Amino acid sequence: MLDLQSLAVGYRNARGVVLSGIDLAAAPGDFVCILGRNGSGKSTLMRTIAGLQPSLDGIVLLDGEVVASMRPATRARRIAVVLTERRLNPGLRVDDVIALARQPFTDWQGGLADDDRAAIADAVAVTGIEPFLRRFFSDLSDGERQRVMIARALAQTPHLMVLDEITAFLDLPSRVEIMALLRSQARENRQIVLLSSHDLDLSLQLSDSVWLLDGEGGFSVGTPDALSRSGALGGAFDTDAIRFSPADGRFEIKTSGPA
Amino acid sequence: MRRYTSSAALVAALAALSLLTLTYGQIALPLADTLGALTGAQSTDLARQIVLDIRLPRVAAAIIAGGALGMAGVLMQALFRNPVADAWSLGLLAGGQLGVALTVTAAAFAGPAAVSFLTFFEGPSITLAAAAGVAIAAFVMLAVGRRVGAITLLVIGLMLGFTSQGLTSVLLHFAARAGGRVYGGWQDASFAGVAPEALPWLALPIVIGICAAVATAKPLSSLLLGETYARSLGVRVTSLRHAVLAATVLLVAPVVAFCGPVSFVGLIAPHFARALAGTARILPLLPLAGLGGALLALAGDAIIHAPWEQHFLHLNAILAIVGAPVVILILIFSPAVRQWR
Repeated sequence: MLDLQSLAVGYRNARGVVLSGIDLAAAPGDFVCILGRNGSGKSTLMRTIAGLQPSLDGIVLLDGEVVASMRPATRARRIAVVLTERRLNPGLRVDDVIALARQPFTDWQGGLADDDRAAIADAVAVTGIEPFLRRFFSDLSDGERQRVMIARALAQTPHLMVLDEITAFLDLPSRVEIMALLRSQARENRQIVLLSSHDLDLSLQLSDSVWLLDGEGGFSVGTPDALSRSGALGGAFDTDAIRFSPADGRFEIKTSGPA
Repeated sequence: MRRYTSSAALVAALAALSLLTLTYGQIALPLADTLGALTGAQSTDLARQIVLDIRLPRVAAAIIAGGALGMAGVLMQALFRNPVADAWSLGLLAGGQLGVALTVTAAAFAGPAAVSFLTFFEGPSITLAAAAGVAIAAFVMLAVGRRVGAITLLVIGLMLGFTSQGLTSVLLHFAARAGGRVYGGWQDASFAGVAPEALPWLALPIVIGICAAVATAKPLSSLLLGETYARSLGVRVTSLRHAVLAATVLLVAPVVAFCGPVSFVGLIAPHFARALAGTARILPLLPLAGLGGALLALAGDAIIHAPWEQHFLHLNAILAIVGAPVVILILIFSPAVRQWR
């Protein structure tokens, strides 16, 4: 169970508070999409939930424990992240990258035990990355890299997975594939999956619930249907050029002037 | 498995090369005499003196220093996220030289008492001075490294090294005029200047440094994924950085103090280790890079001490002839550095 209680996220510098007064919850098996335009605070919120950045106020609870006060090693066993950052060190092979996911569970040497190998094998199997296990990570295509990083997060056997704009560099079939994979993993392993995305269409079709950031510090929460009917989606994304059409469930380009 | 067979092969090669280096030189010794001198069995006095007093300390220094540089290279390439980082290329060795030069100059100008104090405690004091210089250079490079790319960092490191070496040369010149030659070494790197009684001072910090390197190996492997991923895996990144830096200083400072700026060994050894181990994780690399570095240093030493007529070649000349082309090949062809080009 993930609980955000009167959470405020942001920075202790000029950028200040990004979002505040957040009270949200997600249950095991939930596939939650966080939507919002650039700069609406998606990444800040996700980093705070994952315990990678201190909150300005309020707390994040995972299974009843405050994430910010967990020991780093404990937190690493429960929360896995996938980020847009793709600058790994040179010389890392795919199997190394995935094996590193088990570090929170291994002894001081980082050697793999049987259950570590089993978790790795499962993650490799469901993501279908077997063919490039021995290749250098830096030689992979964007889609392959993201799949490897998702396999890495799955191999960490977390209770909560936080994935930040991981589909940004992928083509449409890969995006569908990866989001469907994450959704089924959430269901099967009873994990909470939080995914931020620009990808409205897919997110609305696949997610159990949507956290929508309107870019001005406000947010609304609901099922995809409820949000599109209430006009909240339009409020967050409409510009001079496009508007959300609740009837069709998608965006349309505004025609200039009367028809 | 490949790791263990590679290690065994490297150990065998190292033993064979050590034995070879002990037997030949300006005076060639029969293998039986050499072995006799080593084991304390029958041997001639001359053989015993040459092997135990002259050649063995040199071979030991080459193995210890080369091993330390190889392992420090593994640490630095991970810490700086840079495939061409090592203590020499990023100016840490030159920083250590400058540290020693400053200390020696200060002592020379302070008077004879300071000079004799420094001479009496030469082992620890020179090592400490080198450690301060190495640590400062490392901190500077770490700060610079956060702002620039991998290749820019390499160029800055080399330039910082040249600056430090220039300053060192000038300082030692004035120190020699003020207080006599306190510390003569190091226009070039050499393993021949390490006296038998200095070997413990060379080895002790390095052994502690190896322990520190092994202890930080697991979290440092996580750092290969980048800082944020490392933190998400439970690594305390700032304290890890300090620990790895401390290990690097322990490994590198005694090498600077006793053997001078040994180039290329620390840069190349990690690449061979990665190719042999088939992984970039730190712990399996440390022994392989250590053995590889030791082998490389000893091979360089063996070449310059071959019975050339009347003179010795310079160690860094040999290391550069072999090392620089290897670095060029790594930069052009290694799949591991493809993304950095």
